[in-house]
Amino acid sequence: MSFIDLSKNEVQCKIVFYGPGRGGKTTNLLYLHQAMTDSVRGKMVTIDTKGDRTLFFDFLPLALGQIQGLSIKIQLYTVPGQVMYNATRKLVLKGVDGIVFVADSLKVQKEKNVESLENLRQNLAEDNVDINEIPLVLQYNKRDLGGSNIPILSVEEMQEDMNKELQVPWFSGSALKGDGVFETLREISKVTVKYVSRKLLSR
Amino acid sequence: MDLVLSKESIDNIISALDEDVLRAGADCVLLVDRSGNLIVNRGDPANLDVVALAALSAANFGATAEIAKLIGEDDFALLFHKGKNENIHFTKVGKGFILITLFGKDVSLGLIRLNTARVTDTLIPILGGEL
Ligand SMILES: Nc1nc2c(ncn2[C@@H]2O[C@H](COP(=O)(O)OP(=O)(O)OP(=O)(O)O)[C@@H](O)[C@H]2O)c(=O)[nH]1
Ligand SMILES: [Mg+2]
Repeated sequence: MSFIDLSKNEVQCKIVFYGPGRGGKTTNLLYLHQAMTDSVRGKMVTIDTKGDRTLFFDFLPLALGQIQGLSIKIQLYTVPGQVMYNATRKLVLKGVDGIVFVADSLKVQKEKNVESLENLRQNLAEDNVDINEIPLVLQYNKRDLGGSNIPILSVEEMQEDMNKELQVPWFSGSALKGDGVFETLREISKVTVKYVSRKLLSR
Repeated sequence: MDLVLSKESIDNIISALDEDVLRAGADCVLLVDRSGNLIVNRGDPANLDVVALAALSAANFGATAEIAKLIGEDDFALLFHKGKNENIHFTKVGKGFILITLFGKDVSLGLIRLNTARVTDTLIPILGGEL
């Protein structure tokens, strides 16, 4: 849930990176953390990591400056993508204001992407959140593997699989190289802040 | 679920926390919501990363609530971790908030409990009742 502090003219919102295991959620946060200056980023917290798999969540707070006189504070979280950690995913999703769905471009992950998106829809619905209402952006990650000998999905196929009905903004990216990462963050921040301030200030 | 607090509400929260919790000897007190937002922090959190503390506490509280469910409880009303020099105490405030109190080894846990329970009653109406 978002929070507006009128004594400081500050809005805080929570953005969660969701998606199948090994899709690149943690890599997105790591890239943002190393690419941002100290005045923007807070301390990144990664807990309970066994090897490079997320078991609980990663956390990165950002101060994104001012929009219409409000200072924007954003907390980024990642969930564990592995199927068995659904209880943890629900916990991290609690009070979410915006979502980046990081899909894996590897051909072998085609079904996993769709399953994870369906899992997101269900988990949100259990909290009475409609996936069609909440700010959501798709990132088709690992595009740097195009042209390598690893088979990857075409963007058209990923659009067909995941974005046919949702019709949300989407970006091709490579979290490893940093391509598309800022674009994704900029879009989700923009729509989330708009959504949150409209919802909160119209009451 | 979302929350907007006026300057007046924030001021009321600050004075309640100062009077009831800091005066009882706590080093620092934080009010956070259960999705991890930091609402107010008071006291002297030198070198303390309050934003990370808020996020981790909310997650910790959520994980503990799942443990509670496994043993047939709804939730735990409070949690307490004892360190060598510094202790940390978490109290549920309504359904949506957590009060985090840090205090040293010379302060009695009983007093902290009593005062956080009292301040909880003051905070709930400011935060919009049954949140
Ligand atoms: N080639 C390539 N590899 C990537 C990219 N993004 C992530 N990876 C790699 O994919 C693996 C998994 O990345 P993570 O960021 O840990 O994935 P995750 O989504 O956090 O995974 P879980 O925590 O298990 O849910 C790592 O070895 C990354 O280096 C990318 O854009 N291109
Ligand atoms: Mg991860």
